[in-house]
Amino acid sequence: MPLLIREYGLSKPPREMKQSYWRLVARQFRKKKMAMVSLVVLVLLGLIAAGAPFIAEEKPIYMVADGKTYWFPNVFDYDDLLYFRFDLWEPGEGDRAIMPIVPYPPQRTNLRARLSAPDADHWLGTDDTGRDVLSRIIWGTRVSMSIGFISVGISIVVGVTIGAAAGYYRGWVDSAAQRIIEVILCFPALILILSVRVFLPPHIFYVMLVLGLTRWPVIARLVRGEFLKLRDSDFAMAARASGYGDGRIIFKHLLPNAMAPVLVSATFGVAGAILIESALSFLGFGVAPPTASWGELLSQAKRYIEQAWWLVVYPGAMIFIAVTAFNLVGEGLRDAMDPRLRQ
Amino acid sequence: MYAYLIRRFLLIIPTFLGISIITFSVVQLLPGSPVFLRLQAAGGMSSEEISPEIIEETKKRFGLDKPLPTRYAIWLGKMVQLDFGTSYKDGRPVLDRIGEALPITLQLNIISIFIIYLLSVPIGVFSATHQDTRADNASTFGLFLLYSLPDFWVAMLLILFLGGGTYLDLFPIFGLSSIGAEDMSWPRWLMDRAWHLVLPVFCLSYASLSVISRYARAGMIEVVRQDYIRTARAYGFKERVVIYRYALRNSLIPILTMLGTILPALIGGSVIIESIFSIPGMGRLVFESILARDYPVIMGSLTITALMTLVGLIISDVLYAVTDPRIRFE
Repeated sequence: MPLLIREYGLSKPPREMKQSYWRLVARQFRKKKMAMVSLVVLVLLGLIAAGAPFIAEEKPIYMVADGKTYWFPNVFDYDDLLYFRFDLWEPGEGDRAIMPIVPYPPQRTNLRARLSAPDADHWLGTDDTGRDVLSRIIWGTRVSMSIGFISVGISIVVGVTIGAAAGYYRGWVDSAAQRIIEVILCFPALILILSVRVFLPPHIFYVMLVLGLTRWPVIARLVRGEFLKLRDSDFAMAARASGYGDGRIIFKHLLPNAMAPVLVSATFGVAGAILIESALSFLGFGVAPPTASWGELLSQAKRYIEQAWWLVVYPGAMIFIAVTAFNLVGEGLRDAMDPRLRQ
Repeated sequence: MYAYLIRRFLLIIPTFLGISIITFSVVQLLPGSPVFLRLQAAGGMSSEEISPEIIEETKKRFGLDKPLPTRYAIWLGKMVQLDFGTSYKDGRPVLDRIGEALPITLQLNIISIFIIYLLSVPIGVFSATHQDTRADNASTFGLFLLYSLPDFWVAMLLILFLGGGTYLDLFPIFGLSSIGAEDMSWPRWLMDRAWHLVLPVFCLSYASLSVISRYARAGMIEVVRQDYIRTARAYGFKERVVIYRYALRNSLIPILTMLGTILPALIGGSVIIESIFSIPGMGRLVFESILARDYPVIMGSLTITALMTLVGLIISDVLYAVTDPRIRFE
């Protein structure tokens, strides 16, 4: 090798040789403008979800009241602020506070300002009990995003396990897995989810669980296909010849090579999960009502379609933006990983 | 090919058993036992008021005293004859209620599928023949945006802007016919029905446009690269003849085989659309029986929709095998 380099005047290997697979994918991905914009949107949504108490809360981020200083009463509970009415608080002499941009919590009702159209106080208006729509949308981001990610996480864990086992061991394991996959895919997703959901307690965890457990067949089919290909590849045989156990071959040698299509499918999956969660909440079988999720907001808006357009338009727009962004990122990833499209 | 078809049909049996097991387990998930549900449905009593004798008797009467596998076998035997018992709500056979609702949903969905294909195929052909032009990218992106719109939101917006009193009042938003439709002459009845179908059919079909036109585009691009197309061009045929007479037919094969899988997907989507537009089809039947915990109807609908999907999948596979002789079963 050193001889070769000297001979061809190469002081180091060409750039292409140094690139790992994921770097190559990232470089391809960055060329797609829409996908990059969508990625930025997703990061923003993630920040909104994570930072909800810093964006929409009646409790200040920093407060000096009656000579005492409180840091982050919006996140931590202070014993002496337990009965403090933040919404009625008038700062006196020497009192200071840094408020979140939207000074309303998602649950605070205000019957004097019910169904008020968007204005300077309530940027996106209020709902039928005077709750601030913007604040509820911001907190709903948290619920919708976490349902999207965790349910897809569940479906990946189950789908990868079953798909890998089916593709690696073949034979009766594969036949059984394929039958189970076909059976679950036979049920129209929303009808199956509703039928199971109705018998479970109205807790957000069950929404995630049901969504995850109905989507894993898609992942399992992908992983099975990849494993069928990879299992007979040279590096897998080399690993087997070295005497490694099945577990090590599956998880350390084959799985990393099968994860690319799973990642793409997972991105589309989050979009799908957000859509189905909002549909479920819309039908009244999602998260329990006082909790805000985008679908639940639309569900509340049902009765006020005629009087209050802002209740219908904004939460739906959030679902649309999130779903589009996840789908576009998924498409960008898929194209970036497709060697036929690589320039 | 026959060996493939026979094996494919034999695989229906395990899948059918799987469907029945899942449907049966859904009922076992019920909090409390089916006995209480039966009794509550019958007499509106709470579980404390019911004496043990009545419980025992009810169990005997509905065969609930037998062990789980026996109950499953009995239930399976009835299900094969499509006997799902009677609805809690009105005591009518479940099959009758499904028989009333299913044609309505099929009507909606078949019209939707027709419209989806009517629009998607030309869009796909256009995109393929203008590959990577601005028009191609724009139509792909536009349809992609449509695909991401939640259907219930679109339905609400349509009601708000086109079907309500506030803005435009162009379309009816309730049911499938106006009041007094029975007395209309048939052309008027047809117009009235069509008028009622505009919004629901739009909501059911717009999302699939993106999917089908993408497949149509991919199929066309694939076919246009084939040798026989080059030959046709070499003969000097007009581009239109090459595309529509030679290429289109073969490019349609993959999306026609998808027909079988679209129908069930639309039935799932009709739960929301039928609830919003108050259309008494399968979707609303499922939703209402879920609200009322009417579990014979839930089980019946689950089984029927799953069986329809299974039939759709089989039709897809068979069509695929018939149109593409290279397919072999392994």
